Amino acid sequence: MPDVTLTINGQAVTAAPGTLIIEAARRHGIEIPAFCYYEGYSLQAACRMCLVEIEKNPKLQPGCTMPVAEGMVVLTESPKVVETRKAMLEFLLSNHPLDCPVCDKGGECELQDMSFRYGAGESRFTELKVHGEEQQWSPVVYYDPARCILCYRCVRVCDEGLGVTALGTQNRGVISEIIPNAGDHLVCDECGMCIDICPVGALTSGTYRYKSRPWEMNHVGTICAHCSDGCKTTLAVRDGEILRGNNRDRSGINGEFLCIKGRYAFDFVRHPERLQSPLLRVNGELQPVSWSEALSAAAAKFNEVKARGGRFGVIGATRTTNEENYFLQKFARQGLGTANIDHRRSGDVVTLLDALSGRANALATVEDLYTAKAALVIGSDLAQQHPLFAFQLRANWRHHQLTAYVVTPGPVREDLYAARAIRSEAGKELEAAASLRDDLAKSQDLVILFGDAIKGDAVRRLVEFGDSLGIPVKYLCLVDYANSRGAMDMGLLPDLGPGYQPTQTRGLNWREMLADPALDVLWVVGEDPLEETALASANAFVVVQDLFLTETAKRADVVFPSASAYEKTGTVTNSAGQVQRLKQAAKVMGVKPDLDIMGLLAKEMGLNLGIWIPDKVFEEIRRTVRGYNVALPVIATGGAAQTGAADGRIPVTVPPELIRSAGDTLFTSGTLGRYSGMLRSVMEAPGTLYKP
Amino acid sequence: MTFSPELEARFARMLRNYPPGRQKGALIPMLLYAQDETGAVTPELVQEVANRLSVKPVEVEEVIGFYSMLRRKPMGKYHVQVCTNISCLLTGGEELFEHACRKLGIGNREVTPDGQFSLEEVECMGACSWAPAVEVNYDFHHKMTPEKFDQLIDSLAKRQ
Repeated sequence: MPDVTLTINGQAVTAAPGTLIIEAARRHGIEIPAFCYYEGYSLQAACRMCLVEIEKNPKLQPGCTMPVAEGMVVLTESPKVVETRKAMLEFLLSNHPLDCPVCDKGGECELQDMSFRYGAGESRFTELKVHGEEQQWSPVVYYDPARCILCYRCVRVCDEGLGVTALGTQNRGVISEIIPNAGDHLVCDECGMCIDICPVGALTSGTYRYKSRPWEMNHVGTICAHCSDGCKTTLAVRDGEILRGNNRDRSGINGEFLCIKGRYAFDFVRHPERLQSPLLRVNGELQPVSWSEALSAAAAKFNEVKARGGRFGVIGATRTTNEENYFLQKFARQGLGTANIDHRRSGDVVTLLDALSGRANALATVEDLYTAKAALVIGSDLAQQHPLFAFQLRANWRHHQLTAYVVTPGPVREDLYAARAIRSEAGKELEAAASLRDDLAKSQDLVILFGDAIKGDAVRRLVEFGDSLGIPVKYLCLVDYANSRGAMDMGLLPDLGPGYQPTQTRGLNWREMLADPALDVLWVVGEDPLEETALASANAFVVVQDLFLTETAKRADVVFPSASAYEKTGTVTNSAGQVQRLKQAAKVMGVKPDLDIMGLLAKEMGLNLGIWIPDKVFEEIRRTVRGYNVALPVIATGGAAQTGAADGRIPVTVPPELIRSAGDTLFTSGTLGRYSGMLRSVMEAPGTLYKP
Repeated sequence: MTFSPELEARFARMLRNYPPGRQKGALIPMLLYAQDETGAVTPELVQEVANRLSVKPVEVEEVIGFYSMLRRKPMGKYHVQVCTNISCLLTGGEELFEHACRKLGIGNREVTPDGQFSLEEVECMGACSWAPAVEVNYDFHHKMTPEKFDQLIDSLAKRQ
């Protein structure tokens, strides 16, 4: 159907048939105020703020439900409309308390803004206001019924957006209020989307309520430190302390979506057990020492072992930045002359990239999950392990009728809308997926997301299966943490350097390092391998860089206190290979970014490994790592750029036993999760995967 | 939770009335008829209906909160509903309701101590032509007067 032409406020406007007046106006720079209307969710027409005058129509019509029509003449600021808005606001304020000076939302409240623009100076209502007591629904969600204007945004975002349906409405008229699903409390994802989407201060956040005013804080857009989805979280910072996280400006690949981790689990930054001074083992005990003392102790040992040709083992992390990981492997390979470098892998990206040799556009982005016609999820409880990807697929299903298929060992939330959901025991996933062949081949295109169940040869067979469907297929290998993908791309692997370039010698993998009785030095940056595996070499000198005194740090001879992702700059790469930039939000006394620690250590050792400024290291990465030559303005402005760090032909075989996901739920996040009070405080924690 | 065979048969018929995938349309009648059998909408009933219609319990709670004919506490054996909407109001409905309060010794949405009678002031029941109207359970009583009301209550009291 051809576009229709209409007139809004005298301005000629064209829009696709079916477009709502409010959207058509918005796209032409005309704002029609609304509380209940929210892009992407079902229509409500409850608040009546968007009433507009349409020529030849006797009554005002809601712009949020009325589609455009050819020749329509709309007035959005006529005296009649403005008068009506004033009246609507008078109704909304009839029971709304005027506690704006102490309300969390004060200063960024839509009701406040509307009252400022359209509201009357005084109200004609003299009746006592209906008041409801404030309720705590969970450690993170509070509800103040008196402030609620019943726009149902929270109810819709929970039901439609998340598929949780934890909120409802009780009663009628002025005593109507929002209710949680478990009587007096919530049992849900605790994502806080309801708080974010609330146009007023009715839903408030456990971490932030009554703590600050919006204008007192600096808002720092950075990338969530937890899972590998790569959500942008905008941290509000006052005096170096993070007070809240959200993404109201909808920047980043996640729009405004955040789960409990991105929104609340930043409190590990200020955990009392945070290391804030270097530690050195003196007479068998770890003692706080100065930076120079700790650096010279570690450097002296490194030089001594290097000089006598001793054995190093270097283990990197999945939460440190690309710059740090790149620098670490460079340090190990060039500085220490060892090939023993590894990290804990949670997905078989290496085999996937090799199996995709010669195929263009075969790696899915987060955006693809929203636009694909069909999706196949194999071996992941997506809503728990990759909340953004689950949200994207669900939004795709709601908006574009995505056909979803699920092959998992147990029930998952995607079952609710999946065309077919198959339960499959471990190791039988490919056979189960093969039974979907005829259905999948009917689609125009397909995205396959797979977890650690598919690894090694199974990845190759999966790609063969994808090829055999005869439709464009994109793949997304799910990994665990914020920079799990980047750690691989940067070459924290015993047999592959940055960009999956094969190395001349194959070093020990991390399990082999720990099992090697002759290991002289174990250097662990941001990882806790001794949490589950013992160190075989009793005499190994252990150097650890970490936020906390982990099991590995307890065994260390030198411990350097490092900065978390929220305290430094750099870049990280998410599961989909999209690289994004971290910005420093918080400040913690006594710690240094891992890159600084490594740089200072190199200097102390007398090595020349280049400048250790994140931007300079990233320049080197852009020059040397395939696919990382991304447009700087894109990531500098908070965007994400997709990388493809290899064009296949990676001549290594990945031992499947090295690929293992930690199986984090929505409420756990490895070491960081253990130190996040907020994450541990909700009653759903720690949660289980594949639970009905 | 189990219901009588008749009610189960009725539920089965009801569910067939809705197109596939729209079974939650049966939510209100299901609650209403189940309430007749169980006396009130109990938490178990909420869970049961939610399970049968594949909705979340909170969605059932929303409906119960909205519709006053769905009750969380049992009413009397004879639930007396007096209309005080316009037509009935003009023909003495309000006085009738006040009389009913005195006669039964209870107020709006209350139950007599013996559990025999309960009283509710209701909105229009569509019986305006025969106002003022009173409904006891599902039976209508038209052109009600305080005297006729007393006779009605007395006869019901005897029937027990």
